[in-house]
Amino acid sequence: MIAPVTHILPLAHIRRARMLPGKGRILARVGQEVNAAYVVAEADLPGSHILVDVRRILGLKRAEQAHRLIERKVGERVEKGDILAQTGGLLPKVIRAPADSTIVAIQRGQILLEKPGEHFELKAGLNGVVSEVLSERGVVVETHGALIQGVWGNGQINGGLLQFAVSQPDEEIHRGNLDMSLRGSIVVGGFIHKADALDAAEELPLRGLVLGSISAALISAAQKCSVPIMVTEGFGQIPMNRAAFRLLKTHEKRETSINTSWNPEFGERPEIVVSLPSQGQTPMDVVEFTVGQTVRILSAPHSGEIGTLVAIRPGRVTLPGGLRVQVAEIRLENNQQISLPLTNLDVLE
Amino acid sequence: MTTSLVDAESVLAIEIGSIHTRALLFDVVDGQYRFIGAGRAPTTIHAPFFDISEGIHLAISHLQEITSRVLLEESRLILPGKADGSGVDQVVLTYTAGQPLRVVVMGLLEDVSVESARRLAASAHTIITEAIGLNDRRPPEAQIDALLRARPDLIILSGGTDQGASRSIAKNVDLLTFALQIIPREKRPEVIYAGNHALVTPVKDVLSTYTQVHVAPNLRPEIDVENLSPAQDILADAEFHIRSRQIGGLQSYRSILAVEPLSAPFAFARMIRFLSRINNPGKGVIGVDLGAGNLIIASAFQGNSAVSVLPMGTGPGMAQALRTIPISEIIRWLPIHIPESVVEDYLWHKTLHPTLLPVTTETAAIEQAAIRQVLWNGLNQHRTRYPNTPLLAEPILAAGMPLTQWSPQTSLMLLVDGLQPFGITTFVQDAHGLTAALGIISTNNAILPVQVIESNAFVNLGTVIVPLSNARYGTSILKVKVEYEAGNQISLEVRQGSVTALPIQTGQTARVHLQPLRPITIDPIGKDTTRSFKVIGGVCGVIVDARGRPLSLPTDAARRRDMLKKWAAGFGA
Repeated sequence: MIAPVTHILPLAHIRRARMLPGKGRILARVGQEVNAAYVVAEADLPGSHILVDVRRILGLKRAEQAHRLIERKVGERVEKGDILAQTGGLLPKVIRAPADSTIVAIQRGQILLEKPGEHFELKAGLNGVVSEVLSERGVVVETHGALIQGVWGNGQINGGLLQFAVSQPDEEIHRGNLDMSLRGSIVVGGFIHKADALDAAEELPLRGLVLGSISAALISAAQKCSVPIMVTEGFGQIPMNRAAFRLLKTHEKRETSINTSWNPEFGERPEIVVSLPSQGQTPMDVVEFTVGQTVRILSAPHSGEIGTLVAIRPGRVTLPGGLRVQVAEIRLENNQQISLPLTNLDVLE
Repeated sequence: MTTSLVDAESVLAIEIGSIHTRALLFDVVDGQYRFIGAGRAPTTIHAPFFDISEGIHLAISHLQEITSRVLLEESRLILPGKADGSGVDQVVLTYTAGQPLRVVVMGLLEDVSVESARRLAASAHTIITEAIGLNDRRPPEAQIDALLRARPDLIILSGGTDQGASRSIAKNVDLLTFALQIIPREKRPEVIYAGNHALVTPVKDVLSTYTQVHVAPNLRPEIDVENLSPAQDILADAEFHIRSRQIGGLQSYRSILAVEPLSAPFAFARMIRFLSRINNPGKGVIGVDLGAGNLIIASAFQGNSAVSVLPMGTGPGMAQALRTIPISEIIRWLPIHIPESVVEDYLWHKTLHPTLLPVTTETAAIEQAAIRQVLWNGLNQHRTRYPNTPLLAEPILAAGMPLTQWSPQTSLMLLVDGLQPFGITTFVQDAHGLTAALGIISTNNAILPVQVIESNAFVNLGTVIVPLSNARYGTSILKVKVEYEAGNQISLEVRQGSVTALPIQTGQTARVHLQPLRPITIDPIGKDTTRSFKVIGGVCGVIVDARGRPLSLPTDAARRRDMLKKWAAGFGA
């Protein structure tokens, strides 16, 4: 059975394509070293539109008459006040562009203008080297280093020193343990379940928060928070799994990148990358459940605990409540052995 | 593409769900079509595969293991089947995977053509991202911006009775052509035109310059006549066309399929309609299929069907459910005390890990509470959308893992609490998730679905009798006499507010006599003369649900929990 995989790897070759939402300009070149917040490409997104009804304004009966009087073509840029159309004669009626814009369509005696839109900047997302430029669309950034994937993020990107606000993966982050010494850092903690911790993270400010979990009631606040937030386990008060916590701990005070973009449909997951000078292997994205694997438990009462898969029972087992499922035996780190549905596990690779 | 299934012997139905891909095998055993087995594997539509083929291959491999039947040869499906019994003769495919189609509806009157377009969109796996009608006071450029922001995959353009309004439609077409010109060609939405039939040619001529245009019969040929069914077939075609671009590998299977692939909601509704043709003509049929992403509700009465695909499920679909359902509405179904924050955390956690199964008493209680409320909200939305949805249904068919994974007693309890049926209804469980597959197979083969239904592939959970009374809680309202075929009989009294199981074994036939002790109503819309009838016991026997409609839960939390436990015991859950 194909297993969901979460990468918690001390050393891996990491390759990420970073793409603009449409066509744009590439600002980085192949071979260039970039950090997570470096802008590698930019684009002007389409703005709002203005419809100028030449036929109606000029009181014409037919659209063709209007088309003869329109002096512009599709694709032309116009500045505010530029003439779009005019009648001839001694006292011509003139229609001028109401704003700096581009003509995007002309039909049935009407002109559609597009105003400049928002400027979009595409960040590198991790500290690494640009290995490829995808013409007008984006770049590929590569690095070697430690990789820790999360399950949810708030879509922000940054980089900074990795620091710890807690000493254990089940400890809460609150305003009280976010002090000035953490300012400008990416901070690791167990969980957040009070909004004041998010406020404090923004006030300091932090450059990132890596959590085991966050209360569902704070999802909306976390999405609005300007500090990148990555969650490794899920929602609630679930401790960070020890594999991730230990690996992060080995990189305390190291320069780290955090990219909390999250789009399960495209396989995009939030991640922490600590670039290292050694060469790593490309991680396996597809594995099958096999005995001996390190697995993580996704469900209560063992959420966030890790263990070793010791057996997969054949057939289906009826659990209390009548659920009939395929069951795995897992030996936890404390040597306790438990049975759980295979679907309640993911593989840490 | 081959043309007919009628002569086929074995049929492999592939179902691409949002979490799992399933391979279902049907074959002839002793001269009758039977369901042979199902293989399951993760759907591989997303990263790292971005192609459904791997999931299909694994599901067929799993099916091969379970049935010990050779289906693959050097990793290729053996098609048609060979004389040695390996392979299959026909393949069909349904799908629900993928993000909902983003749809913009355009019409004239908000509560007429725009509403019909909404209803049409809601019959597929869609999300309506913008609606533009005649009463829209925004200037045209704002409407164009709104249309662009909506990033539609599909636009449904309706409006005008046949030979009716044309200028207003032309205005909408103008708006649309402006928008289409701005959208890069590869991202342009397809269009279904389902308005004034007299304008088909000019509308198609103008719009097909920019995009694919599908023409459907007018949704509102007359102002007071709505005609959705033919347009639903066109929508199904358009959906497949769009999905073929979005779902890697879907197009490549087309050449081996016996019939065009169909999205599961349409196939599910087709089967419900099929059942309504062969069932009790005085009652409708209702089908519910709850998945991780969506809830499909289909209803049919005498061959006319309606289907709603609601973005509520027990996985990613829970996020949308939680945005529309107050958490208190879910908590009221909990038979034990669990803090609100824990409930909310668990349900949101499931949006991240949709395959998670509840293994503790608490998590099972939370999930069961959410399922009841999702069903209740879903059926109400369906009834609001389709006011002709039959009040009395025979049977109510339930599919989808979140509904079928529990013990039969728990499943029945969730269905009765969530759907709150009236009258006398049999609940049938599609434990193997066959309904959509049978729906698509019924396109060309009416024999297979009937024979499979008549086999034991579907589980009769039980018949539920709902006597309605105004009596006070605890009052005896009904005496029930059960007369068994062997001649013996038992009698018992039913109290207002109770759930009572009648001791009728699975498959056992008995005659039930109802003797009211207080004024009661069994059939709220008919002549209500049903006082003696024959029943066949389901897995949960026969249940008398005397709790009233709608179910009223005590406001006091402790009393409510006690009540829920009593009711659960009544169901045997």
